[in-house]
Amino acid sequence: MSILVTHDTKVIVQGITGSAGSYHAKACRDYGTRVVGGVTPGKGGTTVEGIPVFNTVHDAVKATGASASMIYVPPPFAADAILEAADAGLELIVAITEGIPVLDMSRVKAALRGTRARLIGPNGPGLITPGDDPSTSSGQAKRPGCKVGIMPGHIHRPGRIGVVSRSGTLTYEAAWQLTQRGLGQSTVVGIGGDPVQGSTFVDILELFQQDPETDAVFMIGEIGGTAEEDAAHYFKSKMTKPLFAFIAGRTAPPGKRMGHAGAIVDGGPGKGGHGTAAEKRAVLEAVGVKVVDSPADMGDIVFKALRGS
Amino acid sequence: MKLHEYQAKRLMAEHGLPVQTGVVIAKPSETAAALKKLGKGPWMVKAQVHTGGRGKAGGVAILKTAKEAAAFAKKILGTTLVTHQTGPQGLVVRKLLAEPAVKLERELYAAVLMNRKTGKPVLIASGEGGMDIEELAATSPEKILRLDIDPQRGLEGFHARRIAFATGLTGELMGASAVFFRDLVKMFLASDASLIEINPLGVLKGTKGRRLLALDAKVTIDDNAAFRQDELFKDADVSDLSAAERRAGKTGLSYIRLEGGIGCMVNGAGLAMATMDIIKLHGGEPANFLDVGGGANVDQVTEAFKIILSDPRVKVIFVNIFGGIMKCDVIAQGIIQAVRKMGLDRPLVVRLEGNRVEEGRKLLASSGLAITPASDLTEGAKKAVALAAASGGRPGLSDGTAGKN
Repeated sequence: MSILVTHDTKVIVQGITGSAGSYHAKACRDYGTRVVGGVTPGKGGTTVEGIPVFNTVHDAVKATGASASMIYVPPPFAADAILEAADAGLELIVAITEGIPVLDMSRVKAALRGTRARLIGPNGPGLITPGDDPSTSSGQAKRPGCKVGIMPGHIHRPGRIGVVSRSGTLTYEAAWQLTQRGLGQSTVVGIGGDPVQGSTFVDILELFQQDPETDAVFMIGEIGGTAEEDAAHYFKSKMTKPLFAFIAGRTAPPGKRMGHAGAIVDGGPGKGGHGTAAEKRAVLEAVGVKVVDSPADMGDIVFKALRGS
Repeated sequence: MKLHEYQAKRLMAEHGLPVQTGVVIAKPSETAAALKKLGKGPWMVKAQVHTGGRGKAGGVAILKTAKEAAAFAKKILGTTLVTHQTGPQGLVVRKLLAEPAVKLERELYAAVLMNRKTGKPVLIASGEGGMDIEELAATSPEKILRLDIDPQRGLEGFHARRIAFATGLTGELMGASAVFFRDLVKMFLASDASLIEINPLGVLKGTKGRRLLALDAKVTIDDNAAFRQDELFKDADVSDLSAAERRAGKTGLSYIRLEGGIGCMVNGAGLAMATMDIIKLHGGEPANFLDVGGGANVDQVTEAFKIILSDPRVKVIFVNIFGGIMKCDVIAQGIIQAVRKMGLDRPLVVRLEGNRVEEGRKLLASSGLAITPASDLTEGAKKAVALAAASGGRPGLSDGTAGKN
């Protein structure tokens, strides 16, 4: 029914005693996520919103059987937190933290090779496999969802469209547009806005391609790097499901970093392709990906293509 | 954060890399005394601006006498240098770096940067330097060597040998080359650089044989590493930023000034870019990129709104919020608080969605402010563009007459 998480996934929260960590631990649990524990060194034995806190990830995993972690640890300590989660054998690590030094992520990425851990983020909203809206009464049993992130749960509906994005709020915009047009989502994944990410567009597109309950994918790219070009190459060679896209930043001036650490049209040396929106769009369209001009048309284009206009 | 050449060379010297000891000149009157420290001319005098292409733009000169040098300093300090990389607005020259002019036997190219695709640093070297590496990459890619570097281990011995043979730094220079590239990578890792570019890397022939010398240096340090690179960030030169950009930086907002007349306040970088895009799509021009961030408080939102109001080119303000962590009522309170202090003399279009949207809309409705509400992105953009056009001039393009702040 989804990729990466299901309603059975047991999740711990690293940095649960901080303000963001405790707020989102509760918000995720309220949505239906099985938040089984938290980790803050030195706070073991206490609870947050009734959730038991442990000193180490190893302790938390041993006591709860968790397979996933959501990280709110501040930037100077975040790389270490990711490595601890991987060392404790977690399969899925979702790093929300913004502002981790790029070299830390480079070292983390090298260290994660050969482990079973899959890292999503950092500097992203996390991911969600939507559940039924608990406020509507259709008489049928409600399917619980799993939210491992900071997105507002209520804008999502369960369904068959995958969403993958480098953005946060623009992902909400896409999910909301899909929901408003009656198109639910299988899983919505924010891979983060940093230059070095745990998972790339291609990593997530592979999962959606394999997922029997995802029919089509919407990808939200932005300026900087070549992740969208890599996705285009993957789409052409391996993907049979329809792929739609929006690329943010066609009006961004070159050389300026647009909020995200990775969102920069770069005049840097030795690399063809400077990461402009126009270049990315051209490459995607050349392989048959439908790219929308307007960020207001993200839901419409999928609706028209799948349901006929 | 970009370092100036003189800052980059200071850092390189600390890492044992071969650079010249130069002097920095900030006023034309300092020229003679500064050059005295360097000894006899000729000297190479270079404008210290955060851009490439300085030579072609007239920002670099080889000068033989102190009089010539003072004249050059007088001519160029305080002026705006426009290169092919700066855009038409150019950059103001505030400092010059003077070094003894040297005669090079060869010019090579060296750089280390983060390869986003592999997530590893990559070292780039070429036996042909001094020219635009982009051009070389396009015409003779086989002349460029690229080596992925393990971020834990740094440069290996075999890397050094490959570089030496590929660039022709063999014979008497082989040892110096190995040390140079090893230390270059060490500096990249130790100082949290995201780019070090040496172009040209020179070969000098002296009485004691040949040696390497880094003639120019472009260095960028990862902003995320500011917490552990405080020595470098202490000397950050922010004089190229506008007052509004500096003010935003202090408040923890991400703000970039643009050319248009529609001021934007948005939460999230992706949505902020998309908002600029949709304004342009409907025939307008954004005045700025402004991301108030995911979890801003009322004071940050107030400051953000004030920054937009303070921009005299802004004719219309477009607030576009999709609250995830951000609560829409916090946005509303921030807007109301800012307007109470500064007044609202321009149209305001607001699109609110997401977390606590009803509370936010209610607050704005009961504030008595003249707000044009929009129910979605397209409607918001269209209304902002129409209002900007109605306020005179081309749609959304600033003509410098709007606003009174």
